[in-house]
Amino acid sequence: MSAKVDITFTVNGAVKQVSVPANMSALDMLRDQLDLKGAKEACGEGECGACTIIIDDTSVCSCLMYAADCDGRTIETIEGVQTEDGLDPIQQAFVEHGAVQCGYCTPGMVMQAKHMLNKNPNPTEGEIQRGLEGNVCRCTGYRKIIDAVAEVARS
Amino acid sequence: MSTIENYLAPSSIDDAAAALAAGSATIVAGGTDLMLQAGSGQKEYAPTLINIQKITEMRGVSLDGDTIRIGALTTITDLLTDEIIAEHLPVMATMADKFASDQIRNAGTVGGNICNASPAGDGIVPLLMYKAEAVLASKPNGSTETRKVPLDEFFTGPGKSVIQENELLIGVDIAVPPAGFVGGFGKFGPRPALEIAMAAVGLGGVVKDGVISDVRVAFGAVAPTPIRSAETEAALEGKKLDETTISAAGEIASSSISPITDIRASDWYRRHLIRVMTEEILNDVS
Ligand SMILES: Cc1cc2nc3c(=O)[nH]c(=O)nc-3n(C[C@H](O)[C@H](O)[C@H](O)COP(=O)(O)OP(=O)(O)OC[C@H]3O[C@@H](n4cnc5c(N)ncnc54)[C@H](O)[C@@H]3O)c2cc1C
Ligand code: FES
Ligand code: FES
Repeated sequence: MSAKVDITFTVNGAVKQVSVPANMSALDMLRDQLDLKGAKEACGEGECGACTIIIDDTSVCSCLMYAADCDGRTIETIEGVQTEDGLDPIQQAFVEHGAVQCGYCTPGMVMQAKHMLNKNPNPTEGEIQRGLEGNVCRCTGYRKIIDAVAEVARS
Repeated sequence: MSTIENYLAPSSIDDAAAALAAGSATIVAGGTDLMLQAGSGQKEYAPTLINIQKITEMRGVSLDGDTIRIGALTTITDLLTDEIIAEHLPVMATMADKFASDQIRNAGTVGGNICNASPAGDGIVPLLMYKAEAVLASKPNGSTETRKVPLDEFFTGPGKSVIQENELLIGVDIAVPPAGFVGGFGKFGPRPALEIAMAAVGLGGVVKDGVISDVRVAFGAVAPTPIRSAETEAALEGKKLDETTISAAGEIASSSISPITDIRASDWYRRHLIRVMTEEILNDVS
């Protein structure tokens, strides 16, 4: 068993303190230690984006990030996206455009779309495709996802 | 699987070098290579894991006189927006644009790409073209020392380099390219970005009155390490960049290499790609 590391960080606005094995991924820490099961593991290899989280304002694949490296940082996961007023505009647009089928890719898609729109509020369709390049969806064929993100960008 | 007995997250080069001097350690930066390699057993952890991400002095690009330093912790995304890169080393940004996906570019570092020493490491190809030198730090006798190794002498085989167990890569140094220097980077794989290159080319030189000089050519994914191609450089040096020179250079580029056939591409196809990309870049800069 690898050495434990005590870390303190902020997740969705709340300060958390946990003890994690040094070799654990941020994804396993979120899911198994904090019970935040929104971020998904599909490939576990950085290829599909289902595990995307936002850390210090950039999106990363949490399956490739060491949990210990979360120390002192600020993390946003899909669980923190919804506000008191209801769904985030990106989530709402996914619902309206039917951009969710099995839903497995959706948390990662929404987080990556959010990061992309934070950096570039008015992306072209090409820029949306480029921004979501690291997110795989087996169900929708991408069209509805791209339309949903484009609508958020327009409004 | 090997276990990590000790975890450290130093915040200075000095502290990291001291930790490396104290005993066998594995360094982690973005983790995009290490997590998979350690998870699959391809790589074993040393007893100590040193996370270098808190060493802020190792991130970013700086210009000191005629020398540009790209800190080892500079991410691939940083290369896309940095002004010094855009002005002096634009081929690094071209490379970054063809590298993985946004999420991987946000985490992956230039230093990790170099130290992983993959034959197909994309970042290495334009760095060879720009005559980069690796800057290595260690603390052998109680004080931190650095040494520089030209990148074309750095790699010794797939996953292997001259870096010693007690050393840390702190960055790469590049002399500001001469006025009129132009270059390009080409990479080919089945899925444009999110794929290990079947072949990659970095090529540049000073083009004046249609003549190219100070030529530097590097290839990725066609040998056990990323390589320079002295033959292609010689075929171009001092030549007028016309159709004859360009097709002769493409021919020499493809015959100067001895790539392997593997699941990604055959020997023949890799040679073909090197020829086509070499000619493409030459047509672009001519
Ligand atoms: C889905 C996916 C797509 C990818 N696409 C590409 C691609 O298109 N092109 C490409 O070239 N690569 C690609 N990669 C590989 C990887 O992302 C890059 O090599 C990246 O730059 C590695 O940086 P890192 O900081 O994550 O390295 P890490 O995983 O942290 O480290 C890699 C190795 O270098 C060592 N190391 C790191 N920093 C230092 C240092 N400063 N001093 C000494 N040793 C050090 C570590 O010990 C480790 O052995 C991809 C990876 C994934 C998962
Ligand atoms: S599970 Fe992390 S990228 Fe697929
Ligand atoms: S909705 Fe099923 S994978 Fe995208």
